[in-house]
Amino acid sequence: MSQTTLPPVEKTQPVSAPGGSISDRSRAERKLGWMLAGPAFVVMLLVTAYPIVQAVYYSLFNYRLTDPENRSFEGLGNYWVILTDGVWWQSILVTVIITVVTVSVELVAGFALALVMAKALSSIRPVVRAAILIPYAVITVVSAFAWQFAFRIDTGFVNSWFAWLPGVSDTTDWFGGQASSLFVICLAEIWKTTPFISLLLLAGLAQVPEVLQEAAKVDGATWWQRMWRVTIPNMKAAIMVALLFRTLDAFRVFDSIFIMTAGANNTESVSFLAYRQTISRVEIGLGSAVSVLLFLAVVLIAFTFIKGFRVDLAQARGER
Amino acid sequence: MASTLAACGGGGSDSGTPTLTWYINPDSGGQATIAERCSEDSDGAYRIEVAQLPRDSPAQREQLIRRLAANDESIDLMSLDVVFPPEFAQAGFLAPVPEDVAQEVTEGVFQGAVDSATWNDELIAVPFWANTQLLWYRKSVAEAAGLDMSQPVTWDQLIEAAESQDKLLSAQGRRSESLMVWFNALLESAGGQYIEESGESPESIQFGLTTPEAKRASEVMAAVANSSAVGPGFTTASEDTSASEFESDDAGFMVNWPFVYAQAQSKVEAGTLDQSVPDDYGWALYPAVDEGTPSAPPLGGIDIAVSAFSRNVDLAYEAVTCIVQDENQAEYMVTNGNPASSIAVYDDPEVQEAYPMADTIRESLELAASRPLTAYYSEVLGCFLREFHPPGSVNDQTGERTETLTQAVLTGEQLL
Repeated sequence: MSQTTLPPVEKTQPVSAPGGSISDRSRAERKLGWMLAGPAFVVMLLVTAYPIVQAVYYSLFNYRLTDPENRSFEGLGNYWVILTDGVWWQSILVTVIITVVTVSVELVAGFALALVMAKALSSIRPVVRAAILIPYAVITVVSAFAWQFAFRIDTGFVNSWFAWLPGVSDTTDWFGGQASSLFVICLAEIWKTTPFISLLLLAGLAQVPEVLQEAAKVDGATWWQRMWRVTIPNMKAAIMVALLFRTLDAFRVFDSIFIMTAGANNTESVSFLAYRQTISRVEIGLGSAVSVLLFLAVVLIAFTFIKGFRVDLAQARGER
Repeated sequence: MASTLAACGGGGSDSGTPTLTWYINPDSGGQATIAERCSEDSDGAYRIEVAQLPRDSPAQREQLIRRLAANDESIDLMSLDVVFPPEFAQAGFLAPVPEDVAQEVTEGVFQGAVDSATWNDELIAVPFWANTQLLWYRKSVAEAAGLDMSQPVTWDQLIEAAESQDKLLSAQGRRSESLMVWFNALLESAGGQYIEESGESPESIQFGLTTPEAKRASEVMAAVANSSAVGPGFTTASEDTSASEFESDDAGFMVNWPFVYAQAQSKVEAGTLDQSVPDDYGWALYPAVDEGTPSAPPLGGIDIAVSAFSRNVDLAYEAVTCIVQDENQAEYMVTNGNPASSIAVYDDPEVQEAYPMADTIRESLELAASRPLTAYYSEVLGCFLREFHPPGSVNDQTGERTETLTQAVLTGEQLL
């Protein structure tokens, strides 16, 4: 918001208007802004802040849903139990692997698709865009089932279609081991969310001024040089935002694992761990503590991106 | 679906009829039919509406437990998988069964089914149907292997027979409830018990996993999983996987619930399976661990429980006694394929006709052993699966590790 209002303020300064009137005006503007955004802000507080605070509160108790009478205050005991348990670190490892693999592959593939969408002939552009976006429109659980059916040893076609690949045969049990299970899970995630990244990157591509490209061409830059020195630096903000959103998403991966392996063979993610403690075991205290830790991890990622890489969300929206 | 039923069932009665809501596990419509019939028979005393729960039983439990923890009054009757009533009872979610009802609904019912619905010496739920696994075999394969199926067989014999004929021995190695079903049957057959003493508090539960019997059961489990007689996807094989393996040309032996027979028949009717396949199906009692040990087949099924938060507990119990009547159980068995918990039903001519193996099922249910009864079943199962899956890695240390883990998890010292 502040960036959009900056230019007019700068313009008015040379007129040497008294400072007080500006601050009055900006105060009125600010007040109006609060009145307009206020209701939404209150709703946000109710639906997000309240559950978060409640989870933090519950995480300090030993509290089982089926045994409310024996609820007892544990302090940080739940956190100690979690952080000293190998299961937690195993799920962190799995989550990080899935996040790093899917996000990096998606970034490259998404960029390629964005280029295709941007450069496609205008006559076929709508078709190309629709085709690329279809996976993103599929519900995650449905896509997880589809990939599971494809790779399963009894109903799947992958084993017979790809039997020519080394290591694949009729008897390959994809969901029988950790590495192969994670491979299929990552593949499903990549297939499903690459369109999201490519959509964000397409918006970024459109922001790169054509004049810069032309100037580079005149200077004799090759396609590759233009890509590296003109296009990519100019869409850095869009890339960072795409990475941020996808990393946050990928870190909370749940549906695909739930459907495909149900956490078997050490394929459990942090969200899955939280789900099992809270929903299956009805250990509200322990589960809340896992959720709070997951929340902190997500905050840390967001903070690192925004501060560490100086991602400016407003810039990505083309406001500056 | 519920509204259609309400319209049918309540057709003849006035609008003041109290409505009971029965949360059912998905089936082929049998429970809805029974609900309709009992509503009519009640002469306007009550009307039963059914509401469907999710497909798999852990998800059914999750939904019910969350609702009941919030004192949801909209639940009157619940179809509960036999492993869950103790947890619900311990939490105070179940209305006590009146003395006269308890007497009526346990008469002529398989002891195993009654035991699994009993907690702290009191009946807490009403046995509705009782499932059990049989040993299914291809007559041609057993004959070629020279295995006499009229006598009790052991797992070792099955492995040997299947390997010698290059055929499959199908069991459920998936990381799910079915692995517990299998292990518990092995353990009970060896003479052990998963839980030797179940106490009120988690600390007081005594496990029986370090006994020689448990070691023998683990040994058999690993021997099956590591034999060349199991399919390539054994660690992810479910009941459905086994059923389709058993319909294939590689089929030899299989342990599974009776639905496999009805499934093969319906495939024949649909034209996707040759009649010669189910004709080759043979059945016998669940295999024993060793020669001379008894067969201890798994016990499954559904109990009907009444919620403590129901506004019509008395009417609900009236409805339950109607639902579990022999005629209803018999029809449910014939139309939906779920074996009755009442012994007399197996003499019903229609049941005998639909199930050539009805007598074997009855015999199996008489021997059947229930899974560990505990208010912490989900935890017990979760710890078991963490150590015992994949079944091929099970050794004589696995039981001890599972015991330690379960104790730590139940006392809140470890995550699950």
